[in-house]
Amino acid sequence: MIEFRNIHKTYDNGVHALEGINLKINKGEFLFLVGPSGAGKSTFIKLLLKEEEPTSGSIIVDDEDITIYSKRKTPYLRRKISVVFQDFRLLEEKTLYENVAFAMQVVGASPKEIRRQVPMVLGMVGLSDRAKQYPHQLSGGEKQRVSIARAIVNRPIILIADEPTGNLDPDTAWEVMKVLRHISRRGTTILMATHAKDIVDVMQQRVVALEKGRIVRDVQRGIYGYET
Amino acid sequence: MKLRSIQYVLQQSFRGIWRNKGMSVASISSVAASLTILGLIMILILNMSHLAGLAQSQFDSVQAFLVDDLEPADIEVLGKQIADISGVAYVQYESKEAALANMKERWGQQGYLLDTLEENPLPNSYIVHVGHISESDHVVEQLNSFTEIDEVKYYRDIIDNLIRAAELIRSVGLLVIVTLVFITIFIISNTIKLTINARKREINIMKYVGATNWFVRWPFMIEGTLLGFIGACIALILVYFGYHTVFDMVTTRFFVIFSAYLLTVQEMMSRTVMMFIVLGAGVGALGSIISLRRYLEV
Ligand SMILES: Nc1ncnc2c1ncn2[C@@H]1O[C@H](COP(=O)(O)OP(=O)(O)OP(=O)(O)O)[C@@H](O)[C@H]1O
Ligand SMILES: [Mg+2]
Repeated sequence: MIEFRNIHKTYDNGVHALEGINLKINKGEFLFLVGPSGAGKSTFIKLLLKEEEPTSGSIIVDDEDITIYSKRKTPYLRRKISVVFQDFRLLEEKTLYENVAFAMQVVGASPKEIRRQVPMVLGMVGLSDRAKQYPHQLSGGEKQRVSIARAIVNRPIILIADEPTGNLDPDTAWEVMKVLRHISRRGTTILMATHAKDIVDVMQQRVVALEKGRIVRDVQRGIYGYET
Repeated sequence: MKLRSIQYVLQQSFRGIWRNKGMSVASISSVAASLTILGLIMILILNMSHLAGLAQSQFDSVQAFLVDDLEPADIEVLGKQIADISGVAYVQYESKEAALANMKERWGQQGYLLDTLEENPLPNSYIVHVGHISESDHVVEQLNSFTEIDEVKYYRDIIDNLIRAAELIRSVGLLVIVTLVFITIFIISNTIKLTINARKREINIMKYVGATNWFVRWPFMIEGTLLGFIGACIALILVYFGYHTVFDMVTTRFFVIFSAYLLTVQEMMSRTVMMFIVLGAGVGALGSIISLRRYLEV
């Protein structure tokens, strides 16, 4: 479904962030991207979101090479590949419901679809009864769950999470992981970059380890594999 | 674009205007001021060319106004003498009564204003048709030497002066307008920049959830265009009432004679309405585009 073919990325300042990445992500997979700081995890994600362009190689999403895609089609790519960040990025002046509905409004969804879809995803992340509250009334874990709800509301083919638990204490981090596992079981493909050793070790999913821009390990049911 | 998207875009535009009230007012004032000045310049230029055009139609003739209290016989003799001047093609007599009747006709609807005159202030005159324009200087010189002739109205001077003045106003005006337009665009683009900054987070999120570039841009485009449009409307109102007042003042109080030569308020507005709206909205849109290019990477 998603394939990186011999991807190289060198930033303008000469840093070789990725050097010859070959990787296939299959439908329905839950994949951890691990590796030391500066290994190239975020770069990998940025290429997939077309926030950066690779220096060479191609990236296939749904049988299409997105590296030769025109910039104009990027918005449509991002409806298929959605993302959650470490810092949640919620709109403080909107309620949870409105934050999630916003993602549907900007892609032109009908009010009827919005009324059906938003309560459903809020239910999936366990926040149905908080719909009318504002982000400042929520814990970090709850905020991250709202941002996950927003990311999946337009039914992407893959959900990408760049250190989604990076700002959270272990307990709330687990709340978030349970939600991700739930979503994954319902069929959404998930790619998560993380430094959270215990999470990776317990989840028992595919682990891809990057070091200095190269894949050094790729195992099913893997472990984190680094000392923290 | 879908209807509900249009609704969203308009809502965002108005919010943008409201959020930076101060800058919005500054933008609108700037557009209004620039266009009002443009209106002023247009009033001057259009009237002058109108006047020049009217005068030009009488280009081949010179009007010699006679002193009062001449005997009819003297007038007749004078007519023959004028006809004898070399270069004169033919001569027409216009009595003061005929002159008043002509004027009434020229004024059309406003002709009734002349009915209130207690006595006819217009002089008797000879309209001297010159064979060729190049001879008119010489003819005028000759006419001036008659004691029976009070004044010679020589349109060529007026036309030349009018055209020269209109050209001067046009070039100075153009410079002023271009400068004002640049300042206005600068102010509007700064207003839009504030809205962009206020919505940075929202725009960032919109892009990650797959909003198209135009969906992100439209509210800013509309905001700038609206600011320009509102400014243009204000300028039109100012020009309308301003010209109305001046026109009334000129035609009823001071130089009654001028009214035939002034463009009416309707004629003036028909020439400015479309132009102002297109210019105002265009300047607003341009301000938005500049800001979007600089501050909104999509
Ligand atoms: N925009 C950029 N311009 C230049 N160099 C960059 C840019 N972004 C990242 N880099 C460099 O590319 C390398 C890979 O960075 P990247 O952010 O992908 O690492 P990471 O694996 O996500 O690290 P972390 O675990 O700390 O988030 C680093 O050396 C980084 O300094
Ligand atoms: Mg990173």
